[in-house]
Amino acid sequence: MSTTADSNYVIETRHLAIFYGDFKAVTDVNLRIQRHKITAIIGPSGCGKSTLLRSFNRMNELVPESHASGQVLFDGQDLYARQVDPVEVRHRIGMVFQKPNPFPKSIYENIAWGARVHGYRGNMDELVERSLHQAALWDEVKDILHRSGLALSGGQQQRLCIARTIAVQPEVILMDEPASALDPIATLKIEELMEELKRNYTIIIVTHNMQQAARVSDYTAMMMLANGHARSGTVIEFDETNKIFTRPSDKRTEDYVTGRFG
Amino acid sequence: MPGKKEAAQGTGYPVRKEGLRKRRRVGETIIQSLLFFAGFFSIFTTLGIVYELGKEALLFFRTPEVDPWEFLTGTSWQPHINEFGILPLATSTFITSLIAMTIAIPLGMAAAIYLSEYASHKVRRTLKPILEILAGLPTIVYGYFALMFVTPLLRSLFGNDVVQIYNMASGGLVMGILILPLIASMSEDALNAVPRALREAAYGLGATKLEVVLKVVVPAALSGIAAAIIVGISRAIGETMIVAVSVGAGPNFTFNPFQSAETMTGHIVRISGGDLSYDSIDYNSIFAIGLLLFFITLTLNIVSQRIVRRFREVYE
Repeated sequence: MSTTADSNYVIETRHLAIFYGDFKAVTDVNLRIQRHKITAIIGPSGCGKSTLLRSFNRMNELVPESHASGQVLFDGQDLYARQVDPVEVRHRIGMVFQKPNPFPKSIYENIAWGARVHGYRGNMDELVERSLHQAALWDEVKDILHRSGLALSGGQQQRLCIARTIAVQPEVILMDEPASALDPIATLKIEELMEELKRNYTIIIVTHNMQQAARVSDYTAMMMLANGHARSGTVIEFDETNKIFTRPSDKRTEDYVTGRFG
Repeated sequence: MPGKKEAAQGTGYPVRKEGLRKRRRVGETIIQSLLFFAGFFSIFTTLGIVYELGKEALLFFRTPEVDPWEFLTGTSWQPHINEFGILPLATSTFITSLIAMTIAIPLGMAAAIYLSEYASHKVRRTLKPILEILAGLPTIVYGYFALMFVTPLLRSLFGNDVVQIYNMASGGLVMGILILPLIASMSEDALNAVPRALREAAYGLGATKLEVVLKVVVPAALSGIAAAIIVGISRAIGETMIVAVSVGAGPNFTFNPFQSAETMTGHIVRISGGDLSYDSIDYNSIFAIGLLLFFITLTLNIVSQRIVRRFREVYE
């Protein structure tokens, strides 16, 4: 794809602010997300992490009265420009949610659904198998493809959701606390999977779990309620994960990552 | 005086009882029996109705003039000459209901989908109560609407010689209008109950609104929608006032919707409103019709539950 911006960065925000009606939930975010890396967004509850993440594929629009100002550039193109189709955006920038939400259909249909919507004409069986392989779920479900996706365990459901997202071949995968509803073993599997996926995809993950951010991510954005803006969150520090967790430049980041934050 | 109710020193709670023995809780027991009684009462009523219907219907079938096989297959219903064939009444019930459902199901579904998925919050807040008021209008009003408005309209469209003054088409159409809000409202509830997470999953894959609605939300709400349709059909079959006013007052074995006929319910209301003596065959015959109506709706319910169980998508 031809780009006008630096092609190392897949998503770039400029003075991004997000509103729910009159309420400004996120203020002045300037981020550059590197291609084929994992970027974590951390911060205390209610500071706008999910809101920010959901602005990257215009999922926020499903909430009535929400709007954004500033820019979100995806390969150099402003996602919020008037001629941009949100459906197309979500095709390129997929999403995995906090609570596993497979469709109430068979495992096979869960994967095939998105592909059909986008007019996939290749071999569906192959696509399903490949996607499940990539999501490290194939061996567990290959004999029960026609059982309901809801019959799987929580961790398997979440990997099914990841497989479903991969199947439509996005460029970026947004993950909103994908492991927060899972036990440690299922969490570990998801984290290993992310490591695997980063070869082909750019991943942005919101997490409450700082160890998780430290383990899996290459870059970390620290969010916090901004001073001077009532209840409005912003990114106070953005750097290599390594640096954020060992020698952060902002005192508030240090307090948060060392657990001293009150 | 240290009593049971007195607070234990400083905690704010009553003095704690000794041991862990079961306590009798009178309030719980009373509520439980009240709830049981409420449930039992509705079952009892239903059983009572079946008993009464069955008893009178049995009297009817016991009379020498009546042959049960004739009753089910006969094409002439003329009690004064002892012809008791249910088909003229049954077909007109079937035809009026069919017309009603061809109006009510597609329009009701469309309205439900619009209200639940497309309408803004404000529009929905205004429209839904209006729909529900429409469903609450007395059916006699609908009956005269059919007779005074729809019938003349049909006659001017298709010709006075084609459309009789009393006809099944206008009754059926208006019955459809009556049932439409019922189906719309119940289906809308079912669509609304589909978790937002499912919609988000579909949107997150890059689906359009229509794809999300038709391929995720509607299938997930299918059991509720089917329930709405079944209630609608039962309502159509059982609807009385509209057909009594607008469809006609004489059994007529025909499949032409523009002719007058009499439905099962219409016949019951006409006969029971007349000056028939109890224990006459005529009088008993309406219980046989009632029993048949009861079986039709019962079968419908059972069959549709089976169908729904097979096709629905359980989302939790």
